[in-house]
Amino acid sequence: MNNSTPSPLVQIREVTKKFGGVTAVDRVSLDILRGELFAILGSSGCGKTTLLRLLAGFEEPTSGRILIDGADMTDVPPYERPVNLMFQSYALFPHMTVAQNVAYGLKKEHVPADKIRERVAEMLALVKLEALAGRKPEKLSGGEKQRVALARALVKRPKLLLLDEPLAALDKKLRQHTQFELTNLQYQLGTTFVVVTHDQSEAMTLASRIAVMAEGRIAQVGTPGQVYEFPANRYVASFVGNINLFDGRVTAAGNGQLSVKCESLESELSALSDGAMVPGSAVCIAVRPEKITISRQAPEAKDRNVVKGTVWDLAYFGDQSLYRVRLKSGAELQVSAQNLRRSEKMTVEWDEEVFLSWEIASTVLLQS
Amino acid sequence: MSNESSGNGGQALRWLRRAVALPYLWMLLFFLAPFLIILKISVAEPIVAQPPFTPLLEWGAQGLVGLRATFENYAYLFADGYYGIIYLSSLKMAAIGTLLCLLLGYPMAYFIARQPPHRRQVLLMAVILPFWISFLLRVYAWIGLLNNRGLINEFLISIGVIDHPLTMLYNDFAVYLGIVYSYLPFMILPLYANLERHDHDLLDAAADLGARRWQGFIDVTLPLSVPGIIGGCLLVFIPAVGEFTIPALLGGADTLMIGRVLWDEFFINRDWPVASAVSVVLLLLLVVPILWFQRLQRREQEAGF
Repeated sequence: MNNSTPSPLVQIREVTKKFGGVTAVDRVSLDILRGELFAILGSSGCGKTTLLRLLAGFEEPTSGRILIDGADMTDVPPYERPVNLMFQSYALFPHMTVAQNVAYGLKKEHVPADKIRERVAEMLALVKLEALAGRKPEKLSGGEKQRVALARALVKRPKLLLLDEPLAALDKKLRQHTQFELTNLQYQLGTTFVVVTHDQSEAMTLASRIAVMAEGRIAQVGTPGQVYEFPANRYVASFVGNINLFDGRVTAAGNGQLSVKCESLESELSALSDGAMVPGSAVCIAVRPEKITISRQAPEAKDRNVVKGTVWDLAYFGDQSLYRVRLKSGAELQVSAQNLRRSEKMTVEWDEEVFLSWEIASTVLLQS
Repeated sequence: MSNESSGNGGQALRWLRRAVALPYLWMLLFFLAPFLIILKISVAEPIVAQPPFTPLLEWGAQGLVGLRATFENYAYLFADGYYGIIYLSSLKMAAIGTLLCLLLGYPMAYFIARQPPHRRQVLLMAVILPFWISFLLRVYAWIGLLNNRGLINEFLISIGVIDHPLTMLYNDFAVYLGIVYSYLPFMILPLYANLERHDHDLLDAAADLGARRWQGFIDVTLPLSVPGIIGGCLLVFIPAVGEFTIPALLGGADTLMIGRVLWDEFFINRDWPVASAVSVVLLLLLVVPILWFQRLQRREQEAGF
């Protein structure tokens, strides 16, 4: 084993899961590190929940192996895995009180009664539910249920905690608050968390690393910054955040830069070369809305891509404005701009002719 | 916030109560009225007349002259140990029959509830299907099956398992068989209705927390199905206690069930007052445990489930 990198807690090796003729998880390999808050992000039906259930042991892989802490989990049933799951529905036992729910896992482990009482109290204090220990789940609010579910899943001190859409059932305000609580808790305990979510902003704010899944496969693994700023492909680029995409063809290469001609844009665009593209290859040019500067006067074209268009829609949010600019070719670009200066008048108005420009370095080059 | 929600729930409950009031009226008319008539007859004296009992109110020339009520019939029931034994025997037979229904019906209901939806419909239909044939005919059919020269004995003798026919008819065994056969659907349906609503995530959660499958069943499925168990048991136990057809057709001379005694008092002895007293006591015997169960259930609902 290599000593310079810490050994991953979870090793998913070429795992495939088929249901009848449908492949839910397709040859997925993934390492999840110790103490990490890892998010699996994808739209519904992408296989993320199946992957979670494979980790919990509710499903067996059709092929491939899963190792947790170096031990092969293939033949280990859910009740013997060092893994606990917080269900999306919370799945609290309705006939048990909050304290009984939290104690259940310890009882099944035959922990002595006084020890159980101690650990349940400790856990309820951690999620600030001491006052509700005697309540039945029915009498709890959504946020309280979520905390009971979390306490119940954590009380056995699992090596790995799986969270299935942990915030989906909460309203917006509570979600933000819970998000911070969850990250704090993870930091405090040092337990490895794997969060499954369809909400990209949730994944970005919670996780230290994200795996984006599409059609049963891993589309990209990276930090939130890597996934957002350096998407590996078209799917990731458009799934995570907003982005403007244009198909084109490389016309020239040199000086570490590429020139790309896009059909829907008049001028040629420049992008930093990754070395793999040669003149003639089909590419996709992408740029995030907040990377674009909007102006009435033509900007200096040094190290920038510049296009011209007309504002045909704008939305004012106070802190920022969102513009939709239509080019002569009919193509549309989204631009978002911070309203940095205090002014009643907006810098750019409807139907105005504007210049859009962005740094060459901000241009994302994708294989089409 | 919890006050608000319980306030809404309270309002919904009040409306529900109003809606439920209508069937109560129906019950009052067609259930309470006949009961009052039976109660009236039970405090009368038997006479040879039409109807064969003394009237409650005596009318003279100046109108109402007197109230004639006697508790002799009840005193007779309690004095004669025979009736006590029969009540106990009826309760025992109904209880055993109910238990057998539960032991047989629970796995069946559990199995049906865990099938894919389209198959559930077919299986439920199969449970209900016997109702399409008259109850009386179905009980008669068992005579043909259980007879000393019935289908089962003939078959067993023909394949050489036994030399002499097994006595399966006109004894308590046949009565239990009849009760289980006739009342099984009443056990399965409420149990199924309960089990079908169970959230499968709860069993996954139990497994995730360290419970083996059977432990998950004991810890989660069984306690959550208690309302279904109580419902099914009441639906079987209550009619089984007063059952007449099954002990009359399948039971032996020594099968003691109150339904038969009732019949004998009414139609053989023509002692309507004693017969009425027998049925009033039977009703009281059944109403008390039912009210107790209902209170228990209500308390459990208030406690959170």
